[in-house]
Amino acid sequence: MKLSSSLHLAVDDLATGLSSVQVWAALGWQDVKQRYRRSQLGPFWLTISTGIMVAIMGPLYGKLFAQDFSSYFSFLTIGFVLWQMISQTMIDSCTTFIQAESFIKQIKLPLSVHVLRVVWKNLIFFMHNLVVVIVVLVYLQIPVTANLLLFPLGVVAFALNAFLYGLIIAVICARFRDIPIIVTNVVQAAFFLTPILWQPGMLGRHAWSVNLNPIYHFLEVMRAPLLGVPADPTSWAAVAAITLTGSLLAVAILKRYRARVPYWV
Amino acid sequence: MPLVDARDLVIDFPIYGARSRSLKTTMLRAATGGRLAAEQGERIVVRALDRLNFQWREGDRVGLVGHNGSGKTTLLRAVAGIYEPASGAIEVRGRVASMLSITLGMDAEATGYENIFLRGTILGLRRNRILDLVDEVVEFSEIGDYVHMPIRTYSSGMIMRLMFAISTSVQADILLMDEWLSVGDDDFADKAQKRLLGLIGNAKLLVIASHNKDLIRKMCTRVLHLEHGKIVEQT
Repeated sequence: MKLSSSLHLAVDDLATGLSSVQVWAALGWQDVKQRYRRSQLGPFWLTISTGIMVAIMGPLYGKLFAQDFSSYFSFLTIGFVLWQMISQTMIDSCTTFIQAESFIKQIKLPLSVHVLRVVWKNLIFFMHNLVVVIVVLVYLQIPVTANLLLFPLGVVAFALNAFLYGLIIAVICARFRDIPIIVTNVVQAAFFLTPILWQPGMLGRHAWSVNLNPIYHFLEVMRAPLLGVPADPTSWAAVAAITLTGSLLAVAILKRYRARVPYWV
Repeated sequence: MPLVDARDLVIDFPIYGARSRSLKTTMLRAATGGRLAAEQGERIVVRALDRLNFQWREGDRVGLVGHNGSGKTTLLRAVAGIYEPASGAIEVRGRVASMLSITLGMDAEATGYENIFLRGTILGLRRNRILDLVDEVVEFSEIGDYVHMPIRTYSSGMIMRLMFAISTSVQADILLMDEWLSVGDDDFADKAQKRLLGLIGNAKLLVIASHNKDLIRKMCTRVLHLEHGKIVEQT
């Protein structure tokens, strides 16, 4: 009885959270607006700084790695823009509940609402940065193929996992306050370990090792369609497996610790 | 049928120092098989509410009294479903509106208009419902054209009037209040009082924590007196 009711409450938190679109969309949107209030260009400042970054890094690393400009530049731009979303979501997830303390202590909302707010905010920022990707793809005349249709699916897969793992990280970080620092460091190291600046092929016979990196698979299922090529089926399979694991873990952790979070923050 | 039914309700607060919050300490505890646990991992728990039993029914106007730290706010939060019991149970039937913080979710950089939507959304109102309310809220709070200005340009009185007006637009079965909401100058305070009384009149159950004895005597049909998390008197 007791067991099944806590499971029921966990699933209910997820379901109610997901269906409260109005609440998390409004809060996430507010976060976006808040960051760029009183500035003329608004969130497009982010787009500009991303543009400048790839404009500098593209030619530089292209030269360093002696790569064909067009293919390397498009690869780097897309990878970098995607990385900004992935890394920022990971870092933000650590402080989801800590930041939402006043909400959690004053009003009864599903915990998942706070997580979705963070995911939504980062998706909106990503939409702004996508402008840079489009400019580069058009400039380099990367052909549009049917593979592009899989891009939204890749983004949905990422968003779903950002929600599931974001929830897990947020619960852990609410309890153990030194985890956010660890995650920040891991994210920094992951930037170099993930094929963003370099392509898996450059590793030669060690190219298989990128498959051990979960971030690579999410990058691949979003990046390949934009480049007009099909994503490696291995990556789709990995994403499916990671999603399934994440769902089970998220339900398990919510079942066990959902009621504790208000006491921790 | 009671609207709120507490049976042996216990709320414990874990107190985490820098030590027990750290992952290292917890890992060390696991690695050393709990031997260290006795020395440094002991979780300190503060019992905020200690085996409370009460039943509140439709029509009750409950006043929570007691000194600072006696558990009044914790009890309100337990009724709101925020703190779940460590043991015992609390059953709540009906839609709860908590007036514990009327400025929650407020964004100083956003306009009054945006804040009405933000606050309304947090309170669980649908967009259409908020659209219906906007004019009335603006009129009641007397902020006029300032509604299109960021609320950081408001006086603190204006902010409170606006937030009060939105927060009191929500109809609920169970109304939770931490101290009587009183906002604005004399004229406005009268108006606000009327609105609040109307809201209370429409609610099936009011639970208010207050230090004001006159208020409790005037407003409440029942009193629950807490000291150190225990009920010392209940009527």
